[in-house]
Amino acid sequence: MSEERIQLKINGLPVEVAQGTSVAAAILNSGRTSFRQSVDEESRGPVCGMGICFECRVSVNGHPHIRACMTTCEAGMEVITFG
Amino acid sequence: MGQNFDAIVVGGGIVGCACAYFLSRDLKRVLLIERGPIGGGSTAAGMGHVVVMDDSPAQFALTNYSQQLWMELYPQLNHACEPRMTGTMWVAADEEEFSHVEGKRDFYVKNGLPAEVLDTKSLEEAEPSLRKGLPGGLRIPQDSVIYPMAAAQWLLGQAQLRGCTVMLGQSVTKAKNGEATLQDGTVLSARYIVNSAGDHASSLTPEIKIEPRKGHLIITDRYPGYVNHQLVELGYLKSAHEMSQESVAFNAQPRATGQILLGSSRQFVGWNDEIDRALIAKMVKRAEEYLPSISQLSVIRTWVGFRATTSNKLPLIGFLPSDPKMLVAAGHEGLGITTSVATGMLIADLVAGRPSKIDRSPFAPTSGVAA
Repeated sequence: MSEERIQLKINGLPVEVAQGTSVAAAILNSGRTSFRQSVDEESRGPVCGMGICFECRVSVNGHPHIRACMTTCEAGMEVITFG
Repeated sequence: MGQNFDAIVVGGGIVGCACAYFLSRDLKRVLLIERGPIGGGSTAAGMGHVVVMDDSPAQFALTNYSQQLWMELYPQLNHACEPRMTGTMWVAADEEEFSHVEGKRDFYVKNGLPAEVLDTKSLEEAEPSLRKGLPGGLRIPQDSVIYPMAAAQWLLGQAQLRGCTVMLGQSVTKAKNGEATLQDGTVLSARYIVNSAGDHASSLTPEIKIEPRKGHLIITDRYPGYVNHQLVELGYLKSAHEMSQESVAFNAQPRATGQILLGSSRQFVGWNDEIDRALIAKMVKRAEEYLPSISQLSVIRTWVGFRATTSNKLPLIGFLPSDPKMLVAAGHEGLGITTSVATGMLIADLVAGRPSKIDRSPFAPTSGVAA
């Protein structure tokens, strides 16, 4: 395991994580549990953690509906949550 | 049982529901029979584009009249019906297609419908997701979209408020001379029977020839603003008219939720209701020619449905020549949501012996169009 750290932005704020961290882990580590809102405006966050439930979708580099649990953080990545 | 009805409507798709809606304004005892859920067949499988089509004078008259009727109903519809004035954008893929746009606009304008030609720049402004550099398009602002299943249920609900009764879970196996035989052997009698069984209308009335024409649809997750109008390629009519085995045309609809409905395919493959993955891929490839970023969108479902297709591409609306108590309202192909309400009105006019606002003769189920 590399100890290399990378920087990305979550909702515009800089966050530093170990390389290989999933976007879902990065969001949770930053203290957020609500990733998005359902159609009825209820909070949603990761449930399965393995790409099946689609509850953890966030916007990554301007692309909406990206599963945070299936996406690995990259340097300079811009993540937006809708919690 | 032998119960006496004024009219029995067989089939609770949007066309049957519209027939019940208008018949129940004139008649006390109307019964609608549906074997599955209301609006659960072709009605549920389609897009719900309320569109005026200019491909033949009869089709134009019917779609135009029906759109006017929908516009009168829109303020009354419930929230679930989601009527929205998106307009249609007919998109030209090349200069050859664009050269026909002005003639098409002139036809609409001459017939009293607003229509606007957009050049490359104004098309890009109106629909930023479209490929850059397309020659232009034609905007028909009064076209709209609606949620078909909810609209069918609303029409029938209004009919029920006027006393129409509904029988669910029963199919009609025979209908002749004002007698409808149910699957369980019950015979119901009525002054009039309307066959609005859609893609299954031929099995009840063998004299008419209606074939199932399979279509695939794709729906994406929610991407509000990705598409603003119902986008249709100008070559769409070519695809719809081609009576070949298989054709694909680009057609994208923004739903009220921000989801994109993506079509379309046409196939004559009988009642095979399997999803054809290769054809879905062709539809996406076709869409990519217009919306290059479409494959970045997340698809949540694909499904198939069957259009009720006649040989002359017009629905059959009217009395069956061989049976003065039997009417047909079927064969609406890909336009049943648009033309349902005009069909219901024409059927009610026929039963009441009234003249109609449009010429009914092109739709009459005569021997000319039967089989």
